[in-house]
Amino acid sequence: MFAALRCIIQRDLLLAMRHRSDVLTTLFFFIIVVSLFPLGVGPEADLLRAMAPGVVWVAALLASMLSLGRLFADDYADGTLEQLLLAPQPLALVALGKVLAHWLISGLPLVLMSPLLGLQFGLTGDALWMLVMTLLLGTPVLSLIGAIGAALTLGLRGGGVLVSLLVLPLYIPVLIFGAGAVEASISGLGAEGHLSLLGAILVLALLLAPWASAAALRISVE
Amino acid sequence: MLNITNLECVRGDRQLFAGLSFAMGEGSLLHLHGPNGAGKTTLLRAIAGLVLPESGDIQWNGQSTRKLGEDFNRELIYLGHHYGLKFELSGYENLRIFANLSGFDIAERQVEEALQQVGLARCVELPVKVLSQGQKRRVALARLLLQPVKLWILDEPFTALDVKAVAMLKEMIQAHVAKGGMVILTTHQHVDIEVGQIHHIHLGAH
Repeated sequence: MFAALRCIIQRDLLLAMRHRSDVLTTLFFFIIVVSLFPLGVGPEADLLRAMAPGVVWVAALLASMLSLGRLFADDYADGTLEQLLLAPQPLALVALGKVLAHWLISGLPLVLMSPLLGLQFGLTGDALWMLVMTLLLGTPVLSLIGAIGAALTLGLRGGGVLVSLLVLPLYIPVLIFGAGAVEASISGLGAEGHLSLLGAILVLALLLAPWASAAALRISVE
Repeated sequence: MLNITNLECVRGDRQLFAGLSFAMGEGSLLHLHGPNGAGKTTLLRAIAGLVLPESGDIQWNGQSTRKLGEDFNRELIYLGHHYGLKFELSGYENLRIFANLSGFDIAERQVEEALQQVGLARCVELPVKVLSQGQKRRVALARLLLQPVKLWILDEPFTALDVKAVAMLKEMIQAHVAKGGMVILTTHQHVDIEVGQIHHIHLGAH
């Protein structure tokens, strides 16, 4: 079973390696959106520091949305998705493998880049560390929830817009607790509560989202 | 082995077929006939489990294929209109992924041999996207040689193949049926395959 999971992840990473531009688009989108804010708002340090968590987190949500379109659509178009459905493996496992690969490709780079972007906003020390931690916990949830939306809108015309309408509202709790934790850390309050809730959301999403995506995929392929 | 009773499939609002029943055992070949839109592909996809039939039952060795789920998937290969190949990956990588996902432990050499057998010895490392339509189809067909499963479901397998490849596929089908395998196929081309028990089903457009 874990061999199959590894096989799916390796496959998607290999495909991403052959399509490096796709991966870089998401990352550069994230970097540019976040970098536009200091330019637009002006160099007032306190203001920038106050809005940093929200800005970085919203940009992360949008960047994650941007890459969702490719999660299942390519496989659907060339018929490999129906072959994955016919593989003698639990479909939820296949879905989980694809989501994990998606996170490694489009989520992890954002996490690694975030300290640098935080510096632009004058975040330091604990707050910077907290930004990385929340993104590390939160971005997998974005991929997991997004996968359900991507699977449901597969093969629909204008699926890209529809998936945003479907998934962005579901991202709200992650946004609130993610940005909230960083804000709490900036103002010197403890962020443990926020972090635990983010962790709980991650566990819940890990348990439920693969099954939901699998069910949605079956419906979409039919 | 494969029992289909009273199968009814509906696409949109249109009933494709109803009350379809047949059985096929080991060492037999089922040839589906019918005009475009008669529901041949839908029937194949329903048997493979990709389409949920409106009513009726599909049984494999006396058990419903829906219930068998992954265990039934282990017994079949379905090749549809799409090649089911990743165009950015080489034929070798594509086959390797299929084999790994099916849980077969397959050596590097076996993959190369399968590609050799379908006449692609020199294209092993090339990405599938640079191959011709017929060569892509051959890569997909190489799976049949690599994964020892019982049931082949082939939707128009002869399209895009040249004369030599058509003969090769015919031989592959004959060898599989002779070994006790089962093949269900649709084709508009006239292909004379003489082996084992051959069933014909004619689906008519309503």
